[in-house]
Amino acid sequence: MSDQNQGTAWNGGGLGSLSLVPKATGKQSAKDFKTDQEVRWCPGCGDYAILAAVQSFMPTLGLARENVVFVSGIGCSSRFPYYMDTFGMHSIHGRAPAIATGLAASRPDLSVWVVTGDGDALSIGGNHLIHALRRNVNLKILLFNNRIYGLTKGQYSPTSELGKITKSTPLGSLDSPFNPVSLALGAEASFVARSIDSDRKHLTSVLQAAAEHRGTALVEIYQNCNIFNDHAFEPLKDPETRDDFTIRLEHGQPIRWGTEGQHGVVRDRDQALKVVDVAAAGLDQLVVHDAHAEDPSHAFDLSRLAELSLARTPIGVFRAVDRPVYDDLMREQLDASRAAQGGRPAGEDDLAGLLAGSDTWTVE
Amino acid sequence: MTKHVQQLDRVIIRFAGDSGDGMQLTGDRFTTETASFGNDLSTLPDFPAEIRAPAGTLPGVSAFQLHFADHDIMTPGDRPDVLVAMNPAALKANIGDLDRGADLIVNTDEFTSRNLARVGYDGNPLEDGSLEAYTLHPIALTSMTVEALKGFDITKKEAERAKNMFALGLLSWLYNRPTEGTVRFLETKFARNEQIMKANLKAFEAGWSFGETTEDFSVSYEVKPARLPSGNYRNISGNLALSFGLVAASQRSGLPLFLGSYPITPASDILHELSKHKRFGVRTFQAEDEIAAVGAALGAAYGGSLAVTSTSGPGLALKAETIGLGVSLELPLIVVDVQRAGPSTGMPTKTEQADLLQAMFGRNGEAPVPIVAPRSPADCFDTALEAARIATTYRVPVILLSDGYLANGSEPWRVPSVEDLPDLTVDFAREPNATVDGTEDGDPVFHPYLRDPETLARPWAVPGTAGLEHRIGGIEKADITGNISYDPANHDLMVRTRQAKVDAVAATIPPTEVEDPRGRARVIVLGWGSTYGPIGAACRRVRAAGKDVAQAHLRHLNPFPADLGEVLGRYERVLVPEMNLGYGFGGQLSLLVRAKFLVDAIGYNQVRGLPFKAEELAGVITTCIDDISDEDLQ
Repeated sequence: MSDQNQGTAWNGGGLGSLSLVPKATGKQSAKDFKTDQEVRWCPGCGDYAILAAVQSFMPTLGLARENVVFVSGIGCSSRFPYYMDTFGMHSIHGRAPAIATGLAASRPDLSVWVVTGDGDALSIGGNHLIHALRRNVNLKILLFNNRIYGLTKGQYSPTSELGKITKSTPLGSLDSPFNPVSLALGAEASFVARSIDSDRKHLTSVLQAAAEHRGTALVEIYQNCNIFNDHAFEPLKDPETRDDFTIRLEHGQPIRWGTEGQHGVVRDRDQALKVVDVAAAGLDQLVVHDAHAEDPSHAFDLSRLAELSLARTPIGVFRAVDRPVYDDLMREQLDASRAAQGGRPAGEDDLAGLLAGSDTWTVE
Repeated sequence: MTKHVQQLDRVIIRFAGDSGDGMQLTGDRFTTETASFGNDLSTLPDFPAEIRAPAGTLPGVSAFQLHFADHDIMTPGDRPDVLVAMNPAALKANIGDLDRGADLIVNTDEFTSRNLARVGYDGNPLEDGSLEAYTLHPIALTSMTVEALKGFDITKKEAERAKNMFALGLLSWLYNRPTEGTVRFLETKFARNEQIMKANLKAFEAGWSFGETTEDFSVSYEVKPARLPSGNYRNISGNLALSFGLVAASQRSGLPLFLGSYPITPASDILHELSKHKRFGVRTFQAEDEIAAVGAALGAAYGGSLAVTSTSGPGLALKAETIGLGVSLELPLIVVDVQRAGPSTGMPTKTEQADLLQAMFGRNGEAPVPIVAPRSPADCFDTALEAARIATTYRVPVILLSDGYLANGSEPWRVPSVEDLPDLTVDFAREPNATVDGTEDGDPVFHPYLRDPETLARPWAVPGTAGLEHRIGGIEKADITGNISYDPANHDLMVRTRQAKVDAVAATIPPTEVEDPRGRARVIVLGWGSTYGPIGAACRRVRAAGKDVAQAHLRHLNPFPADLGEVLGRYERVLVPEMNLGYGFGGQLSLLVRAKFLVDAIGYNQVRGLPFKAEELAGVITTCIDDISDEDLQ
């Protein structure tokens, strides 16, 4: 248990993500993280699978339950905190990263998780998301991407494909979608990963990596809305197609996929990624995934491999690098200011000195 | 040469020049000299929003007015006794405010035909007799400064820039101000550039010597120290006092201070100031926008910080939804709105008090919040503490309405002793507050919306407290348990309870203070915020003229003091001067007191971006008093 909280190999022996968070005294189970509230998502919603994965994953962190906080915005996914028996706040549309930033920056002893959706995080809350990523606050952001507005009953979202026919776009949507992974990388994110609601094992491994990362971790989770956008990610789930569609990224491993591992990528003369047949190109020519590369270009190139049809969709950890963490730096500044006065907290005398300043006069 | 020293009881000086002339600095220095001498004083900086408006133009004029006296005063003064005009634009923009006979010190070097034409002067007013009504002192400030600085290793431009110190030296001589503070200030400010430092010191000294030797000034003046209540004093601006109040509230409550803020005029200085005080455990967060600023503050409040967000009117509009969330979550939050002239961008550096209705009603659904407003720059300190008291006691966002005039204006402040400050100790919830089945032996459980019967506040249970895990949100919550509820009766109860909680604050605020020295007034003047000074000064004038008037000034605008309706009911006329128009309802406070107390409040409204003049308000009050007397005769 201790190792995973002591910082991962690539973060230079700095603080582990959770090293300041108190540990649980007893053994925990998924049941400890379930509340007595009736879960109110539509039957068949992908959110159920994600909730179950998170509830069974949390005990593996071994954190004191009272030091875990889930903060959400508005949307179907944002009901999530009501079902987690930790501290939680269901806030307002798009603002969860901002609220969580204030909480995480002022409370290093908390493990703070943001649950958001494609509309919440990328439309109304886009500004807060990119700035949280840029600052690298110690937050874990789970972005449930179903490529549709569910709670408002089926309008297109900022991740819906161009031409999407919905209630608000009967002739097809006119705006091109965001690629959330590309966006996060462009926003200087230090950790970016993608997983799928239905793949419990993969999702859990990605959550684990995110939890261990000190700084902002963005995990995009493809999540099926079976009411308004059913089968949106079917090619990645259908046993017939999934192996040919999905690229499972693993740090230090060559990037290859397909039922027989027959597809791979190489760098062409222009250093662009090029899909090749592994047998023809040669195994030693394949690009090896380096999630810890300082330069985000590699991760960005990977994020662009996926096609509209979902062919060549990478999942896993795109990028996980060590970068100064906002709340750590803030705490260091406070500590340094206190150290300058002998390490003690400012007291009444200090306050009296502050109020008086240097230019006073006395009236008898 | 020994000159005659004449005693004065008060003086109003206005320094005016181009934005780049250093008038705010000059005014600040003269203020500090005056404060350390022991006069009572009040200041009014008035500057454009543009950092460097085109030189020599009317929009580029920056001014600083200072009123100082040997007795207590309430305003920066209506009409300057002395105007220092550094260029034709400054003269043109300010001459209208001078009474006949006022001293007019002008920098003749800038009165070139080009500069005169630029602001629309056909001839040179210094020569055409149009300034005959004033005591004109034409002085070649720039060239005398350059002359005095010959021999310094600086450029001509750098020498010219020191002319404000020459002017400060001259004025310091004219009013017998102590100079040690300014010398110290220049030594520190230019510590890294010795030539510039020495040049500024020399210019300052040259200005003083010029005053001593020139025949243009036959006398100098002295304003004796004021007889203020005994104590230790300093000069303080509103934004500084407000920042100090927040730091003090943090220490007195034992809660770490968290400020989420986005830069906006005229509130940014609060962010600047608080960012200096990390040794007090103050965390300042410059957010990506106004919404994130209040969001982060609310997040910090949830975590147990004394959370603050500071802004001006446009920012308050953006924060509205999050403040509503704060009302629903019932978490303590201090929202500081340093009001400025609106609507929209309006006039960022000009003052107004037109956000009262926004603070009262500017949220969706019914989201009542307590509102407090400081009355003077120094009062910003106490009002910040009061906002913190209400927010933490009642677990509610509190809006503090300051304004541009208070923010940048300054006055002497009797520094309080720390032990006399209110005790704001807060108790977090530590353990479950109920049992599952309601019996004594039942399993313990925590109900986040089980209220204190007196304050109606809910428990403040911060993350990290074992056994108190709970979820809160903006969806309507069931009374007591805090679970999601769409029950009609529950919603009705919760809306009423949130209102009742704000109403309950009234029980802890002092009764309305009425100033009516002879107790015979038939007219009461009711005000709020920064109009306290002008209203008070106007009332003094009216009383000095033998008439009676009562004054009451509100710190608490929501809820009102419990006795306010009864107090207003005692007077035949209720006059409410406000720096807002009131949307056709006769003034924003007028609207509220009319609606609440069925009082026929008479609004007197002005939205010029400047504080009221005492003289003008005295006229309005006198007319109001005379109206009743006339009715008596009919």
